[in-house]
Amino acid sequence: MGGLQKKKFERGSATNYITRNKARKKLQLSLPDFRRLCILKGIYPHEPKHKKKVNKGSTAPRTFYLLKDIRFLLHEPIVGKFRDYKVFVRKLRKAYGKSEWTSVERLRENKPTYKLDHIIKERYPTFIDALRDIDDALCMCFLFSTFARTGKCHVQTIQLCRRLTVEWMNYIITSRALRKVFLSIKGIYYQVEVMGQLITWLVPYQFAHDHPTDVDYRVMATFTELYTTLLGFVNFRLYHSLNLVYPPKLDGKAEAELKEEDEEGYAMNSESYSEKLSALGGSLARVVSAGEEEEAEVDQFPVEGEDMEKMEAREKEQKELEAQKRLFEGLKVFLNREVPRESLAFILRCFGAEVSWDKSVCIGSTFDVTDETITHQIVDRPNAEKQYINRYYIQPQWVYDCVNAKILLPVQDYFLGVTLPPHLSPFVEEKEGDYIPPEKLKIMALKRGEKSAQEEEEEEEEEEEGEGEEEEEDEDEDAEEDEDEEEEDVAEEMNLKKMEKQRSQGKSLSVKVTPGKVKAENPARLEQEEKAEEKRLAIMMMKKKEKYLYDKIMFGKKRKIREANKLAAKRKAHDDAEKVAKKKKAKKQ
Amino acid sequence: DLSDSEDSVFSGLEDSGSDSEEEEEEEGGGGGGGRSVRFCEVLCAVQDIRNTVGNVPMEWYRDFPHLGYDLDGRKIYKPIRSQDELDHFLDKMENPDYWRTVHDKQTGSDITLSEEQVALVRRLQSGRFGDVDFNEYQPTVEYFSRDVMLHPVTNRPADKRSFIPSLIEKEKVSKLVHAIKMGWIKPRRVEDDSRGRYYDLWASEDSSILARHKMHLPAPKIPLPGHQESYNPPPEFLFNEEERALWEQQDAADRKLPFVPRKFSSLRSVPAFPRFVHERFERCLDLYLCPRQRKMRVNVDPEDLIPKLPKPRDLQPFPTTQSLVYRGHSGLIRSISVSPTGQWLASGSDDGSVRFWEVCSSRCLKTVQVGGAVRRPVCLTHLDSRVLLLSPSLADRQVVSASELLLSDKEGAEPVQGAESLVTWSEAEGEELNEGIRLKIQHPKAVHQVAWHAKGDYLASVMPDHSSHLQVLIHQVSRRRSQNPFRRNKGLVQRVSFHPLRPYFFVATQRSVRIYNLLKQEMTKKLQANAKWISSMAVHPGGDHVICGSYDCRLSWFDLDLSTKPYRMLRHHKKAVRGVAYHRFYPLFASASDDGSVIVCHGTVYNDLLQNPLIVPVKVLRGHAVSQDLGVLDVTFHPSQPWVFSSGADATIRLYT
Repeated sequence: MGGLQKKKFERGSATNYITRNKARKKLQLSLPDFRRLCILKGIYPHEPKHKKKVNKGSTAPRTFYLLKDIRFLLHEPIVGKFRDYKVFVRKLRKAYGKSEWTSVERLRENKPTYKLDHIIKERYPTFIDALRDIDDALCMCFLFSTFARTGKCHVQTIQLCRRLTVEWMNYIITSRALRKVFLSIKGIYYQVEVMGQLITWLVPYQFAHDHPTDVDYRVMATFTELYTTLLGFVNFRLYHSLNLVYPPKLDGKAEAELKEEDEEGYAMNSESYSEKLSALGGSLARVVSAGEEEEAEVDQFPVEGEDMEKMEAREKEQKELEAQKRLFEGLKVFLNREVPRESLAFILRCFGAEVSWDKSVCIGSTFDVTDETITHQIVDRPNAEKQYINRYYIQPQWVYDCVNAKILLPVQDYFLGVTLPPHLSPFVEEKEGDYIPPEKLKIMALKRGEKSAQEEEEEEEEEEEGEGEEEEEDEDEDAEEDEDEEEEDVAEEMNLKKMEKQRSQGKSLSVKVTPGKVKAENPARLEQEEKAEEKRLAIMMMKKKEKYLYDKIMFGKKRKIREANKLAAKRKAHDDAEKVAKKKKAKKQ
Repeated sequence: DLSDSEDSVFSGLEDSGSDSEEEEEEEGGGGGGGRSVRFCEVLCAVQDIRNTVGNVPMEWYRDFPHLGYDLDGRKIYKPIRSQDELDHFLDKMENPDYWRTVHDKQTGSDITLSEEQVALVRRLQSGRFGDVDFNEYQPTVEYFSRDVMLHPVTNRPADKRSFIPSLIEKEKVSKLVHAIKMGWIKPRRVEDDSRGRYYDLWASEDSSILARHKMHLPAPKIPLPGHQESYNPPPEFLFNEEERALWEQQDAADRKLPFVPRKFSSLRSVPAFPRFVHERFERCLDLYLCPRQRKMRVNVDPEDLIPKLPKPRDLQPFPTTQSLVYRGHSGLIRSISVSPTGQWLASGSDDGSVRFWEVCSSRCLKTVQVGGAVRRPVCLTHLDSRVLLLSPSLADRQVVSASELLLSDKEGAEPVQGAESLVTWSEAEGEELNEGIRLKIQHPKAVHQVAWHAKGDYLASVMPDHSSHLQVLIHQVSRRRSQNPFRRNKGLVQRVSFHPLRPYFFVATQRSVRIYNLLKQEMTKKLQANAKWISSMAVHPGGDHVICGSYDCRLSWFDLDLSTKPYRMLRHHKKAVRGVAYHRFYPLFASASDDGSVIVCHGTVYNDLLQNPLIVPVKVLRGHAVSQDLGVLDVTFHPSQPWVFSSGADATIRLYT
């Protein structure tokens, strides 16, 4: 046949992919620069469907990028900036070597910089896209803002991260967007709802990090560069959506209050101002004064195909949300110095409480410990020396649990020195058949306005303890009853023996037809059994492929059930052991 | 001051040097050197005056007899030393001045320091000045003070050049001006901050979504934490010792949780998470290094996978409950068969007996001891190598006499031909006759199965034997004649069966079923069973469908009009299928298996060829106990009722109605 001979790997998937090294050569970049470019532009490798075909017959492990992606990178203006920077470094090194200090200075002044605005716009064409992807940015910025200013990264970066996170938190406070919080062993998780997007981030506890050696901080710094830009733009837009001034300013009243305090501790005015902002104590200044723009009532339009029930449920949800936003309103909370101030102040202010702390802890405290109107004081130590009668002394977990339960929980479980109830994750949504910890059931019951069964039980127990003697009497009675039963048993046995004797003596037993008992057949159960059998038979007729899938699904389900059962059993064993210990204690007393 | 102190510092040393030298000189008796040394002492106090080699390592002279040269260029010889360790030790013990004796490398001599020298060393060691008399706290004299003095330090008048503009500077400035004019020097770049660092980036949100954005896969979010991650989790989420040990043993990649759940009594006792930075970094790596893929999640409701079958209730009648058990045999019951009227049941067992039962009352009416395991009683039985024809005389007298007549009809018997050598026909006599045995057909090999033709005159017997041409024999009872239909058999014959209506003959070998046309004497079809080893076969009363049970737990239904491949494979049983049976006219078939169950299926066969048979399992019947890995061995239907009989390894026959 005529025609050209077809060569291998010149069409199809082999031409759609490019290896990392080739891509790097095509872009004429060093590996670190290529990596940085990929991070900034959000280019990630692709796994080809037929690796061997793409890899030209070899099966060696390689990273592949889409050729389209690399072509797209070719037109990136930032690549030029990278090259400029390389030249700059070379010139600077040369000048240093020649000890030409004037040219060093000149070069320094003209250090090439680049902006990432266009990349942000390109990667996130709409604001919602940016919000959707902001989880990682927040986590990273919060982490960097806790770094010590010791050379792991630029001090400016740390300062910028701190500034942006404070702005973000101030926005959340003003918009009351916080939904869930969780104290984990890693740090504190916060979940907020901004413009319908659920955003979760994690803040480490306030400790110095021991920087691991096997972490490449350059990669992290590149990500942070991108994320700070993204977060800055997002903050700007969010502030403007609420008519707030950006960069944030404390509103006049709050500022005046703060002004009174001595500012000698801070060298610069700007520094003290940023500290005041980060104290999260005051409300922010608005472009339009707050009183005018009360939110208009949102009219409800029934969506087509949605019945009344759904609409009602939605309305109810809306109401609940509104109630949650005003959860701590009217509380006046004082934070002791040993509790995590920033986190608690943030949460409490998000739900409308007034917060203050000791003057020496942080700038911006609004009232003193001695204030008589304080309703709650948050303490994390076994006891407090001086206690006021008209306020509750509670442990910090109360605040977090209240937020998650969306109601004010009873405070007595959280008093000083009390063993705290378990802190549950608000992110777990139990489906049918999953294990639900009893504490969660309790909270759910509390929300419905019932007293949970367990509590009642406990009360009963308490009562029982109060009437210990009576119980003993009861036990005696029980023992008597047992004896009675035993006697009955003995009598029965005697009867049987008698009959046997008669038989052995050859006396014919009096043959008697006793009326048979009607076996009560439960129709519901019968039906159920029938259905089960039907299903079993139908399963037998399944095709091999479907049977495999079905078996797999069922196996997963069964494993889930098994795990739930295991947890339940563990809990039961634990509770039993605790009960026994409790009783022993009581007896000793 | 400084020079003074230096002098004073070293003065003591000089003295000591001179002292020791003198001693040495006295010992060595070198008079001339002494003077010169003393001369040198004045000149340069620091250097060792006698040795002129300078500050070189003295190891260089290790191999020479001398140490260096004196000022006159003569060799200084090493002192003769014969001190060994013992001498050292004795010296250390006995010499009271040992602690202040110093070895001088340059002269090779030992010097004992004087009291003054020791005091000096001590002072230096404690960081004080060497000179005792030096006062380190003298008041300083300030030559220059901050007070403006009345008189200037110098009273020189200013130079002329400080009044005249500099020409060189002018030249430089003019050069710069020229460069600026020419545009060679540019003003410092001002950063474009007109819009501020941050501005409303999304002010003009263009809805033009590029193709890139359509293809973009957002990175999956980090999974949200569960109860285990709480600082104060419920107690059931904490690890017990077993789980903890398992967690520690496991590889980091296999662990279900990347951390150990811990409980803290209060928030203030929670430490920093040591892997926090690591985890963030790993997330970063995932974001830019992990290939992303759209994975289609199979989101199937398992209930949807179950096929929708007609309800068994709508397919009644079929046997549902066990109603009778026939006990009496003491061995495995290999085979059962029901009389065409449905009143009697015959069973053959490994205990060597054939029993006849009344179906309705489960009473054993007759037992015939035949000796040897019975494989198949169909009003006849076959032992190891004999086939016996029995007349149970249980039916109506007329029928009995008719069958007696048939069996005893010798007139039809023709002189046997070639097959005579294969089998021998003999009539039962005496005791055996009374027991009901009428005819014996002696086979050369063990008979495994016997199949009757629908008309009742022919019967086929199977003697499985590998690659033998003599595996199947067809006997004609009325003429007492036998013949071997196949010249050659392919494989091991398992089962044979006659077509119920037409002159076809089914032979099931190990892997396939062959269908022969008896009239044309040729093979018409070969059915591939897709099974490892066929155990049983039954032909539908219509004759167009065949089912085969196999030892690898399968049951295959063949539609002869459709294909030679099974129309449907049923894997209902957990263990080997031992027997299959069709009902005569109800659309039912049953299979018996070693797992102790009999499964009754509904199998409707439609008359029009377009519709495929409908197969629905309707009932799993259990009752037989499994003994020695054998469960139910044979199954057969009642000829008129939707009842099924099954015989098992537990020596019982059960009737399900």
